[in-house]
Amino acid sequence: MSWLTDYVRPRIPGFSAKKKEVPDDLWTSCPSCQQMIYAPLLSETHRCCPHCEHHMRMPMLERFALLFDDGQFERIDIPSVAADPLKFKDLKRYGDRLKDAQTKTGEKDSLGAAHGLMGGREVVVAIMNFAFMGGSMGMAMGETFVKAAEKAIEAKAPFIIFTASGGARMQEGILSLMQMPRTTVALQMVKEAGLPYLVVLTDPTTGGVSASFAMLGDLTLAEPGAQIGFAGKRVIKQTTGEDLPDGFQTAEFLQERGIIDVVVARKDMKDKLVQLLSLLLGDALLELPSPEEVPGERLPDVAAEEGSQDATSDDAATEAKDA
Amino acid sequence: MWLEIVIWQPLRVVTPPNEKDQALEKLPLMSLAILDFEKSVTELERKIQELKRLANKQSQSGEKTEEGAAKGDSLPDDMGEEIARLEDKVAKQLKSLYANLSPWQKAQVARHPDRPHFLAYVEALCEDFQPLSGDRAFHDDQAIIGGLARFRGERVMVIGQEKGHDMATRVKHNFGMARPEGYRKAIRLMALADRFNLPILTFVDTSGAYPGVGAEERGQAEAIARSIEKCLDVSVPIIATVIGEGGSGGAIAIAAANQVLMLEHAIYSVISPEGCASILWRDGSHASDAANALKLTAQDLKGLKVIDEIVAEPLGGAHRDPQAVVQALSDALYVALQAEMSRDGDGLKRQRRQKFLGMGRNLGVAA
Ligand SMILES: [Zn+2]
Repeated sequence: MSWLTDYVRPRIPGFSAKKKEVPDDLWTSCPSCQQMIYAPLLSETHRCCPHCEHHMRMPMLERFALLFDDGQFERIDIPSVAADPLKFKDLKRYGDRLKDAQTKTGEKDSLGAAHGLMGGREVVVAIMNFAFMGGSMGMAMGETFVKAAEKAIEAKAPFIIFTASGGARMQEGILSLMQMPRTTVALQMVKEAGLPYLVVLTDPTTGGVSASFAMLGDLTLAEPGAQIGFAGKRVIKQTTGEDLPDGFQTAEFLQERGIIDVVVARKDMKDKLVQLLSLLLGDALLELPSPEEVPGERLPDVAAEEGSQDATSDDAATEAKDA
Repeated sequence: MWLEIVIWQPLRVVTPPNEKDQALEKLPLMSLAILDFEKSVTELERKIQELKRLANKQSQSGEKTEEGAAKGDSLPDDMGEEIARLEDKVAKQLKSLYANLSPWQKAQVARHPDRPHFLAYVEALCEDFQPLSGDRAFHDDQAIIGGLARFRGERVMVIGQEKGHDMATRVKHNFGMARPEGYRKAIRLMALADRFNLPILTFVDTSGAYPGVGAEERGQAEAIARSIEKCLDVSVPIIATVIGEGGSGGAIAIAAANQVLMLEHAIYSVISPEGCASILWRDGSHASDAANALKLTAQDLKGLKVIDEIVAEPLGGAHRDPQAVVQALSDALYVALQAEMSRDGDGLKRQRRQKFLGMGRNLGVAA
């Protein structure tokens, strides 16, 4: 609590009624306790409410800076993928939605990855960016996940992902669904290389993301109050007419039911991850087999075109059958 | 949406019975649902049924006399001609209708209540089927059924989603919407198959995993994730077939396979057209537009190289001639199985992983 108490402002009754009169960029109200928060304070509290500790969504770059030693990290390039493979158009063209999101966030897509030191240990961290089309999962996210996993194997580094996603990106249709097995293949290879794969669930993690790599961690952590589940609350209510229990689909609710390991406050997250990796792996540098000795093949080059992939006898057989 | 009427017997001509035919007799054909776009065809089919019923009645009453018995099945000439003329007309209409089905129409065919479902296929395709129950932790989910069987002499594990074919069985099988224990049963059976080197045949037919409070409390997301992981981990061949509706995460949970087959009029999608329309168009009535945009037909998915083979359906869809679709699927599964069984365990695992890793990379990269 101490890190917060310094910043706690006394509750000012009736202050929220004057909300419109204060500049938007200086004051904001907590979505949980509705109290006013002096906005510049939020970067110091890592986007947690100084009054009630409610964890708000955190911009991706701020989170990278929070996790890596001295805020130093190197981004992993997001590979290029086929843009708008289905030429999808609803009320708006998917291509335009994509460009808007890129302009708004300054990012290529909804997953960012970086490597660097955390508690003196080399790690690869991937962070889902909810601000980019709701953290939706499409081909670019899948490729970034694969590339990050590949980097972890190459650097013999633990792979940590922070999830935040509404689920699949409908505008990529079945190709979005296919990221569920694709990311699973990548994390299986990380595990087979003897490396830990840790998942930190943040608000919200639902749909196809929760039903694939988000639930396959060696350890599963979550931020307090994060909404985590497969189906959306509205869908559940509409389909079944069931009443939702208190705290339904929150991190704490899932921990109580044995679905996740531990709920960790954001301010403690880095220390907790360092501690857990130390408990799993020991304090010594990782003694792992070199990539050549690792069972299973290396991931194919992300940028490689289909035809230039290693033509093993298996591939040849598949292609012959297709022809 | 469905205009359900309870009628008569199957339309197909009964051929001499053998083992497979006897299994097919159990196929669900109690009712025929009418799809909007098929109304004119169904009108004709009803006329044919009525004529056949009359003819049958006539020949049965005839059989009571010695003369009538000699005549057997033959119909009076004029009635026979009329039936033949109508049947010809039906065939022509079906041919043009089904050659040009829109994605939304295909969605309706894929969900047709009279379409053969998982248990019908297993009965017709396999011998010696022994269902195995439960996830050993909570329950025996009836939305996913699985067990040991023989397929064309080969020992296999079969796993699939069952939708049910009348109100009682639909409720029993929860309309094919599995809960976590269903996926955990599938995982258990895949592990068992792996241990005894049994190829796995999965049959996908679900609108999706069940969205319920209990399902969430027991880890629906985790169960699906582990099921995908298990598919990708086993050292035996997995052949998945989308026989009706391939609904999102609930479908891919048992379809991360070495080969994915799809029936000609089945659909496979990340979200239902209705769900997509209500989110992106903010109006569920745009389901037809969403179905177009989602590229959910077997033909589109083959083009995207997400599926490997399309299995042809009989004229007018699987529900009009279950026997024909069973035969076609049997042959396609046999070919796929033979191809995959020539690989060793590591080769199977590698092929499966490379297949999914490579997916989408063949579609060209943005400038
Ligand atoms: Zn607050």
